[in-house]
Amino acid sequence: MIPLTQMPKGAFGIIVQIAGGRRMLLRLDSLGIRPGKSIRKISQQALRGPVVVEIDRTQVAVGFGMASHIMVQPSGNPD
Amino acid sequence: MKILLIGNPNVGKSVVFSRLTGTNVIASNYPGTTVEFTKGYMHLPSDSGEIAEIIDIPGIYTLDEPSSKAEQVALEMLEQGDIVLNVVNATALERGLNLTLQLLQRNIPLVIALNMWDEAGHTGISIDAEKLEQTLGVPCVPTTAVTGQGFKELVSRIKDAKPGTFSFNDDERWQAIGNIIEKTESIIRHQHTFRDKLADASISPVSGLPIAAAVLYVSFLIIRTAGEALITYVFSPLFEHLWAPVLLKMSSWFQGRGIIHDILIGRLSNGEIDFEQSFGLLSTGLYVPVAAVFPYVCAFYLVLSFLEDSGYLPRLAVLADNLMHRLGIHGNAILPMMLGFGCNVPGVLSTRIMETDRERFITATLMVISVPCMAQLGMIVGLLQSGQHGMTGLTILFATLLIVWIVLGLILNKTIKGESMEIFLEIPPYRIPYIRGLAKKLWMRIVWFFKDAIPWVIAGVFIANILYVFGIINFLGTLAAPVVSGVLGLPKDAVGALTIGFLRKDVAVGMLVPLHMNLRQLIIASVVLTMYFPCAATFATLIRELGLKAMFKSALIMLAATLITGGLLNLVLKLAL
Repeated sequence: MIPLTQMPKGAFGIIVQIAGGRRMLLRLDSLGIRPGKSIRKISQQALRGPVVVEIDRTQVAVGFGMASHIMVQPSGNPD
Repeated sequence: MKILLIGNPNVGKSVVFSRLTGTNVIASNYPGTTVEFTKGYMHLPSDSGEIAEIIDIPGIYTLDEPSSKAEQVALEMLEQGDIVLNVVNATALERGLNLTLQLLQRNIPLVIALNMWDEAGHTGISIDAEKLEQTLGVPCVPTTAVTGQGFKELVSRIKDAKPGTFSFNDDERWQAIGNIIEKTESIIRHQHTFRDKLADASISPVSGLPIAAAVLYVSFLIIRTAGEALITYVFSPLFEHLWAPVLLKMSSWFQGRGIIHDILIGRLSNGEIDFEQSFGLLSTGLYVPVAAVFPYVCAFYLVLSFLEDSGYLPRLAVLADNLMHRLGIHGNAILPMMLGFGCNVPGVLSTRIMETDRERFITATLMVISVPCMAQLGMIVGLLQSGQHGMTGLTILFATLLIVWIVLGLILNKTIKGESMEIFLEIPPYRIPYIRGLAKKLWMRIVWFFKDAIPWVIAGVFIANILYVFGIINFLGTLAAPVVSGVLGLPKDAVGALTIGFLRKDVAVGMLVPLHMNLRQLIIASVVLTMYFPCAATFATLIRELGLKAMFKSALIMLAATLITGGLLNLVLKLAL
């Protein structure tokens, strides 16, 4: 299990848990980011910039701080 | 009857709105707050020929807990509708149903448009709309707003709107959504297309930044070229050949002099009207908003609407986030900044998409200080390019404002108390803008510009005249000379422009024209006019949005930043130019 920020670009994974307050959980939940979902990392900006992921076939930009609280179980890299 | 259009952001809601409504569309303020929404009308297909009011509500993801002021307003407006037309993105059904189920729980009569139906097909998603309708107990109509597919049926089924029959336990909402999806949706994995590759390239750090630089540069070129062309070939000739003779005729009725003559028509130079310098209500007062500024405003909004509708702005937000995060705001603040270039008022209004007071304060202050509106910029372009200066003046102006934006942001982030959030933003796929929707948006913005700008400009020119006639400008000039001449290195007369700048910045820039300043002074005057204080309309909006106390704080920051920047610029440019 690794934080989303450490997942390699292009890799797939399943969200295992999100370590954060209620407000952050609600915020992530509104765009479908919650434990149990499969997720793919598209890109990450340099210098602790935002992470872009694909979830439910749409792309979402997540700030570095939040992304580092999202714990993911990697599930292979098809590229 | 009131129909509310509700849906997630980026589901094509405003295109649906354009389709349903006629040309009679107005942007208005929600009573009590200053949040804008769009309202239009449509005929319902019934014998009575009833006309329904349609209100386009800002996109939201959830009714659970509003995270920004914009979402809060959407929630409040929900109380006022008779029918909710829920626009769901068929390519992201699961996310859309989250909002739909929350709407169902409120027992509001509902119709669902499964929009972007064609795109869903292309990406290998198929939804059984009939089954979905049976499950939820409300009409579900597949639509493709950009082509108009499904709209006849959508309109005919508005009358069938009803509270749904689907019941579920709210603690297990996602579970319930999962069950619906399983029954109604099937997906085939789709191939990576060119569009997907372009989408990936424009947010990858290596290729994204050069693409962003190119997009912004091309946007700037288009605005400048189109604006200049409109002025040179359309508006200037209109004023010179059609309007000037009328004014000269009027001038002869007054025998070319007198207070009324000077206020209405202005001072003639060699018996001719000089639209930039005469400064009469009917000469400069009309020329500035219509001929000098409007072409740039028009070109700007065309480009901005294109960037918005194509889906590029969210990508710019991701790329700019890194820098903005260090200024105490985040990538979302790119929208207020870009809107500010059109006019600072909507720029300030749109700061409500930021989640916390601190972010709103920093965003609004930075925007108002270092983003010149297009009206002002249009005049500055004319001013700085007169003579042999070329692009030097403009380049120094933009570089200075960018540095101020960054340095001031860093300082504010260190000193302002409170909490800032991080970027969290959906990035829609690239889409080809829907031309009719784009035209409608452009039209609304143009109407808004004229309604807002012309009265202010006329008032500005009028007051400038009064101040001159009674020698008040001269008096203020002497009073402020130590700062204006001593620190900023500007001629005493520039005080007139700075005074009128409180009212309207384009008029203020216009007042600099007859002063025949050198390039250094022109640059400093332009920078100072941009930074020192917002125009009256923006000022009023800031008070409403931030509150009096925060506005006072913001104004102090502006004045201090202006004196420091102007003073430094004076020293540096004396050596450099």
